[in-house]
Amino acid sequence: MPRSAATLCLESALGAASRAALVTLVALGAFAALLTAAGKDPLKAYVDTIAYVFGNPYGFSELLVRMIPLLLTAVAVALPSRIGLINVGGEGQLYMGAWLTTAGALSLSDQPAYVLLPVLTLLGFVGGGLWALIAGVLRALRLVNETISTLLLNYVAPMIVGFFIFGPWRSPESASYPQSPAFVDAARLPSFFHTRVNAGLFYAFVCLLLYWLLMTRTRWGLEMRAIGGNPEAARQLGVPVFRIILIVMFLAGGVAGLAGMVEVTAIQGRLVSELSPGYGFIGFLVAWLAGTSAVGIVVMAFLFAVISSVGDILQITQGLPFAVVNILMAVILFIVLARRSVGSAAR
Amino acid sequence: MNAALIAGVIASSILSGTSLLYATLGELVGERAGIVNLGLEGIMLIGAATGFAVAALTGDPYVGLAAAALAGGAVNLIFAYLVVGCRANQLATGLCLMFFGLGLSALVGRPFVGALITGLPRMHLPGVGGAGARLLSYDMLVYLAAPAALFIWWLLFRTRWGLVVRAVGESPAVVYAAGRRPAFVQYQALALAGLLGGIGGAHLSLALTLTWAEGMTAGRGFIAIALVIFARWNPLWAIAGALLFGGAEALQLQLQAAGADVSPFVMNMIPYLLTFLVLILWGWNRQSAAPAALGRTHFGVE
Repeated sequence: MPRSAATLCLESALGAASRAALVTLVALGAFAALLTAAGKDPLKAYVDTIAYVFGNPYGFSELLVRMIPLLLTAVAVALPSRIGLINVGGEGQLYMGAWLTTAGALSLSDQPAYVLLPVLTLLGFVGGGLWALIAGVLRALRLVNETISTLLLNYVAPMIVGFFIFGPWRSPESASYPQSPAFVDAARLPSFFHTRVNAGLFYAFVCLLLYWLLMTRTRWGLEMRAIGGNPEAARQLGVPVFRIILIVMFLAGGVAGLAGMVEVTAIQGRLVSELSPGYGFIGFLVAWLAGTSAVGIVVMAFLFAVISSVGDILQITQGLPFAVVNILMAVILFIVLARRSVGSAAR
Repeated sequence: MNAALIAGVIASSILSGTSLLYATLGELVGERAGIVNLGLEGIMLIGAATGFAVAALTGDPYVGLAAAALAGGAVNLIFAYLVVGCRANQLATGLCLMFFGLGLSALVGRPFVGALITGLPRMHLPGVGGAGARLLSYDMLVYLAAPAALFIWWLLFRTRWGLVVRAVGESPAVVYAAGRRPAFVQYQALALAGLLGGIGGAHLSLALTLTWAEGMTAGRGFIAIALVIFARWNPLWAIAGALLFGGAEALQLQLQAAGADVSPFVMNMIPYLLTFLVLILWGWNRQSAAPAALGRTHFGVE
């Protein structure tokens, strides 16, 4: 008896989930061995993380909060990857989105929320979008490879933010720790249920939905996939490759910029120098692991939000830098890279 | 600008260009063998942290330097195993290596934050006295930097091994058909690349800053990758590139020291903006000097 499509779908989903679980377990083991060698207690860190994340509603809500920038920066990677562009600049685009949002929040502070918040959303999008457009233009003109340019721009964007919060935007109250003045209440993105879960989650899912619709339901998505498959053939068929590269990079940067907008308007309430512990980079890993599928991005963003909670716990209870958790993320990816490639070589 | 300032800029551009030169040479050897390593930043961080930690533990900066080189080489072999052995995507694996290096160096360096070490000793050139001696006394790695570039050039262009490396970078299938194993050569090239990247990172912590700080390489690994393009995959041109970028960094430090009224954040951007400028200018020239098989995956039988 032929099995139904739904059963097959479920089976492949279960298979994918069990493989992901296996990879995660192996990585957790390797990471634990490394931490033990460094004289730390990995098991306590894992147990603490689970107790913190799943033990109470607030811990779980923090997981959702962390997923917001990961979802947004992952879409910022997934979208250009469909035309074969590698955007590793989510981090810089996030900072520039936050920067332009702050410019708006500080200069339009007398506006009511229903005017201010849409304007700030737009500014966050434009800030990140224009930053990514630099790399897009250089790529479209075939001058500089977008991978290296977006990577370098990641280092420049925090310097621009630093210049403004140490200079023109420096709040008079902050003597030791430079930051911008606090935003007015009208410029704060609303949070819900006395947690930090905010309207940014809505932005993230709208972006994901639009991404999915764009790729699967529009002529544009078809053209983009054509460029990704064979740019020269697409050009011959009259697909405007140059224009699409610019538009895609702008949209991708804009989505990452929204992550910055959410971070300053909902979480921080002001512009600070340490805006992101590398969300843009983690978003890249999320998108890469998800293979640019919208559902996969949600699953992987959840997984990486849990993993980055391990980083928080290590920082708080064992005095390790947050960056140490990058080892765990990298090992997961190493395993996946090794397995996936051996498989493709056999085909 | 007076003479002392100019001399200071030149002296410190040599000093800060040194770590870039070693890293650039490392990336260059790997790319000549057809492998792009975007994880150079991570390798440099591991070199900087390991070198500093071992120097603090043993009290001997040279032992630290050796440990940094070995650590860089060993970690780059993980990368080699993935991209050569498993034929994984080079760009994704390289970025992953950067994260790995960032995390591992943070873990290794953590107990040594704020530790005091004796840096690589400065050596005086014989026959130079007075003010010149103050300016022209560098550590061993500085004096060896240009010879190292010459050595890599000789290795790549004047030895049989170098010929095979370059052949692998141009066409692994031909090397395979000629009865050699491209993968083996790529492993060797990447091990050498890791050693050089580790040394480049160690020069930062053991000679330049004498401290360990998380993420202290601040993108130098990526600037070095851009420098390989600038150098057109030629080790000798890499010397000029490293001096130019060391100069940009030195100028910024000297201006700050001289009390110039420019925000340090603006001046910190100079090396990155210069990198962009160079990449754009080089991009105009369509004639590429890049190894033909750069970034491609070779499957053994073709």
